[in-house]
Amino acid sequence: MTVNADSIFPLELTDLRYEAGDKRLINDLSFTLKAGPRTIILGPNGAGKSLLLRLCHGLINPSGGAIRWHGAQARNPSDFQAMVFQRPIMLRRSAQANVDYALALRGVSRAERKHLTQEVLEKTGLTEFAKRPARVMSFGEQQKLALARAWVLKPQVLFLDEPTASLDPGATYAFEEIIAEIHAAGTKIIMTTHNMGQARRLADEVLFIHQGKLLEHSPAADFFTAPKNPLAEAFIRGDLLWGPNQEMQS
Amino acid sequence: MTDFSDALLTSVGLIVNLNQDLTEIVLLSLRVSFSALFIATLIAMPVGAAVALYRFPGRTAIVVFMNALMGLPPVVVGLIVYLLLSRTGPFGVFGLLFTPTAMIIAQVLLIMPIIGALTRQVIEDLWAEYEEQLRSLGAGPGRAITALIWDGRYSLLTALLAGFGRASAEVGAVMIVGGNIDHVTRVMTTSIALEVSKGDLVLALALGCVLMAISLGANGGAYGMKALAERSEK
Repeated sequence: MTVNADSIFPLELTDLRYEAGDKRLINDLSFTLKAGPRTIILGPNGAGKSLLLRLCHGLINPSGGAIRWHGAQARNPSDFQAMVFQRPIMLRRSAQANVDYALALRGVSRAERKHLTQEVLEKTGLTEFAKRPARVMSFGEQQKLALARAWVLKPQVLFLDEPTASLDPGATYAFEEIIAEIHAAGTKIIMTTHNMGQARRLADEVLFIHQGKLLEHSPAADFFTAPKNPLAEAFIRGDLLWGPNQEMQS
Repeated sequence: MTDFSDALLTSVGLIVNLNQDLTEIVLLSLRVSFSALFIATLIAMPVGAAVALYRFPGRTAIVVFMNALMGLPPVVVGLIVYLLLSRTGPFGVFGLLFTPTAMIIAQVLLIMPIIGALTRQVIEDLWAEYEEQLRSLGAGPGRAITALIWDGRYSLLTALLAGFGRASAEVGAVMIVGGNIDHVTRVMTTSIALEVSKGDLVLALALGCVLMAISLGANGGAYGMKALAERSEK
C-alpha cells in the first residue's frame, strides 16, 4: 500500500481491548482505515461506538491490543486530529474566543488566529455570533461552533461522536452540509451514529459494532444492500438487537 | 439599654465624621487583609488548581491536609509566625515581629488553605466537565489551568471572599504577631477586643459597624457582580 509521508493514515487497530472492571467493553477489534472515505460507525446504544472513537483519539488508553497511526514515531498523531462530542463543551468566552483558544493551543500566531477564526466562522455561518458568549447560543449553534473549532485546526481526521443526536432536522441538515465541506477539503471523517438515515446519507464505508465486537466492515453500498452479518441485517431492518436476535451474532 | 443606644449613636457619629483614629485603624486593617488576600491568592490558587488536575502519589493525603487546614486556629498560626519571627527564631534577623508585615504573613498562612482547598474543588468539578474537550484540543493539565481558572472565575470569587472574610475577621493571629500597638499594628479586630476589655464600647461598636459594613459590602458586591456577569455570559 502506498502512503502519503505527511499523512497519519492508515490507522491500524490490532486486537484492541478495553475493560472496565471485569466487563470487556471493546473486544479484540482489528481493522484498518485509510484516508479518504467517510467512515460511519454504526451500532445500537452501548455497542462501544463512542468508546472506540475515544480510544482512537487517544482520550483513553486501551487495556490491550494496539492503535497505530502512520508515522507516529516521528510526530504526535493527536496534533492532526480533532473531535466533536455529542454535547458541545463551550468555554465561558465569546464564540470567536473559543475558536481562537483552540488555535492558540496549537501554537498559531495571533495574527493568523484572527484571520483563521473569521474565515471558519464565515464558512459555518456563525459570523453574526462571533462576539456573543458561546454559552448563551442555542444548542444547535453551539454544536456548529464546536464543529468550527475543530475544523479550524485543519485536522487530517475529524472524529464525530453522534454530533446531531440532539439536533432538529434543519440543524442536522446544516451540520451535514458542513461535514461534507470539511470532507471535501481533505479531512477524513470518522463518525458514530445510530441514525440509519444519516448513515445512508454520509457513509462511504461502515463499521458495524455490537457489544464491543466488530461484526462487519464493508463499503456503504454493500452494507446497506447486502449486509453479510445477520445482526447488521436486523439492525438495518430496524429490529431490536436483543433477546433472540443476539443469538444470531457471528 | 440606654448605654448601648448612646454608645451606638456616638459610634455612628465617629463613622460619619471620619474620626481620625477610626480611619487609621480601618485603613490599616484593609491594607493588611487585602495584601494577605493578594499574596495568598497568587500562591494558593495555582497550587489548588494543580492539585485538582494532576494525579500523583500522596495526592489524597494533600487534599485531606488542605481541607483540614481550613479550620486552622488563628492563635496557632500566630504562635508559629511569632516563633519564626522572634529574635531567636530563624527569621528573627529581619526584625518583622510586631509590624504590619508580620500580620500579613500570619494572615497569608491562615487563608492560603481556604483559597487552595476551595480552588481545588472548583477546578476539579470544572475539569470533570472540560477534560475530554480540552485534551482533544491539545491542552494537557498544565495548559488547561489558566483556562479553567478563567472559566471558574465566578465560583473562585467565593473562595476569595471566604479568604478575605477569614482574614479581616480573625483576631488571634494578628494580636500575637502584631502586638496591637497603637498607630502601628492596631487593626479593627484587635482594637475591638482592647476597647471592650477597657469597657469603652463606643469605638468598639463603631469598628464593629465598619467591619460588618465591609463584610456585607464585599459579599454583596461580589454576589451582584457574579449575578450580572452570569446573566450576560451564562
